[in-house]
Amino acid sequence: MNDLLLDIQDLRVTYTTEEGLVVAVDNLDLQLQRGETLGLVGETGAGKTTTALAVMQLVPDPPGKIEKGTIRFAGEDLLGKRHEEMRRVRGNRISMIFQDPMTSLNPVLTVGFQIEEAITLHQKLTQKQASRKAKDMLKLVGIQEARAGDYPHEFSGGMRQRVGIAMALSCNPELLIADEPTTALDVTIQAQVLELMRRLRDELGTSMILITHDLGVVAEVCDSVAIMYAGTVVETASTENLFSRPLHPYTRGLFGSIPSLDEEVKRLSPIRGIMPDPTELPPGCRFHPRCPSAAPICSQRSPVMIENEPGHRVNCMIYEGLVPEE
Amino acid sequence: MHKYVLRRVLLLIPVMVGVSFVVFTIMFFTPGDPAKILLGERAPEAEVQALRTQMGLDDPFFVQYARFVTNALRGDLGRSLTTRRPASQELFARFPATMQLAAAGVLVAVLIGIPIGIVSATRQYSLFDGASMVIALVGVSMPNFWQGIMMVLLFSIYLRWFPSSGYGTFAHLIMPALTIGTSSAATITRMTRSSMLEVVRQDYIRTARAKGLSEHLVITRHALKNALIPIITVVGLQFGYLLGGAVLTETIFSWPGVGRLMVDAIRQRDYPVVQGGVLLLALTFSVVNLLVDVLYAYIDPRIKAQYK
Repeated sequence: MNDLLLDIQDLRVTYTTEEGLVVAVDNLDLQLQRGETLGLVGETGAGKTTTALAVMQLVPDPPGKIEKGTIRFAGEDLLGKRHEEMRRVRGNRISMIFQDPMTSLNPVLTVGFQIEEAITLHQKLTQKQASRKAKDMLKLVGIQEARAGDYPHEFSGGMRQRVGIAMALSCNPELLIADEPTTALDVTIQAQVLELMRRLRDELGTSMILITHDLGVVAEVCDSVAIMYAGTVVETASTENLFSRPLHPYTRGLFGSIPSLDEEVKRLSPIRGIMPDPTELPPGCRFHPRCPSAAPICSQRSPVMIENEPGHRVNCMIYEGLVPEE
Repeated sequence: MHKYVLRRVLLLIPVMVGVSFVVFTIMFFTPGDPAKILLGERAPEAEVQALRTQMGLDDPFFVQYARFVTNALRGDLGRSLTTRRPASQELFARFPATMQLAAAGVLVAVLIGIPIGIVSATRQYSLFDGASMVIALVGVSMPNFWQGIMMVLLFSIYLRWFPSSGYGTFAHLIMPALTIGTSSAATITRMTRSSMLEVVRQDYIRTARAKGLSEHLVITRHALKNALIPIITVVGLQFGYLLGGAVLTETIFSWPGVGRLMVDAIRQRDYPVVQGGVLLLALTFSVVNLLVDVLYAYIDPRIKAQYK
């Protein structure tokens, strides 16, 4: 399997705020194979959503700006595309599901219309055919087609997220970016929505980037994982590899903060410290102020991404042989 | 939906009761004896007293108020003290001219305010945005009697484009409508801008962009309809403001409307006409706001849903 669908190189996205320049994403490399599901994991503020919005070219500008880097999608340079060209990609070849289903549907338009709109925009169908297809999409996500004429407020959160999924998949995108699609939902509904996404992904053969901070979700759904910290990817590997042999101290910290079922744990062991202020990122390795293995060199130079074993890449000086492991 | 409309109509009752009470009270305590006005300053005291008794002016306050309300409900607002014709007739004869002016003013305000507000919002902090906000500030701050006089000076006396006063043709309507609509246009511009700015930051606008919709469709189809609720609220309120503003504008441009009639009536202590005029304008304003409320339900299905 060597069919690269998405290739992000050296991406840097900044926001200009009153407090100063926020470097939301910096020096970010990310690859996705066709047919693959990649989990993009990180804490709030790690730059996951900004990365997704950069791919869609929906970073709000101003204040956001894609300063440098390349994003290649199916071999095409997305950042070089003109607005109209990018519009034909959005919602058609790459689509996105957003975090909060309560606010991401337009309250004054019927759900049927909101799905239909994407279809008529990208496919040469008559009004009638598009409306038919919208209803089919609703059925596909388990909502009665009779409800196409209803407004978002008449649906529950889980159902709205299904509408969001129907909308995103209505044009058979090659890539689906799901930005924490289950975070805002009840736990029982989370499982349903996740199951639905997994089923549709398999049926339609869509490649997927699943943004989450939930490693449990990753284990269930994803083929591979990229761990983000303070705007950059610190480790990528297949899900299996990452779960069995996490390399980066941050990744280890994430796993360390999950209580084990086998042993009795009195207290959770969180990663000490907090995420750095994005306007004042620490020099060198961004994780060094919180890293248990940090050495003086960690604040002096940035680590280089190295492939520790085939398919398992890590961005830490321990694996460059410059810092002894704790 | 019927329930919603019915509820709004019923709410008119307390509003009108309140307005009638306030108007009646003010006129009741205003110095000046209507009987004396009718008979002239030099009429014998006995005659004045007889007329007072005949008109019921010696009755207690609440008796007089109750009589005023019951008569008003039958459409009888009393007779004008100056022309001796029914006040209702006087008012209705002038009412179309006032409505025409107010409607033209609202139209001017909406046609100027909403497009400029939208463009300002989509180009926040641009030169266009800055300039239109400064102009809007000037527009809001300019008193309309002053603006009216300046327009007469410029367009009637200096440029001779439009007649300085009068009623009847479209040319007569332009300056009064602009005068009366300017500050409303400014208010509507600012409201449209802030409402649109609020809406374009919503998640569903990002969703619309993520579908690949053009910016034009995102704004007109997804943003505007959501932004419209606060805008039409302001338009409705501005209509009321325009009805009030008509008093000045009509006087400046000799526009034969209710406003000018009322100014004359106040000067002559013609209290039935004043009371009736205020009631009529208040009722018009209330009905316009009723229409605005009904419009909400058509724009926002969530409001409609509350009254199913």
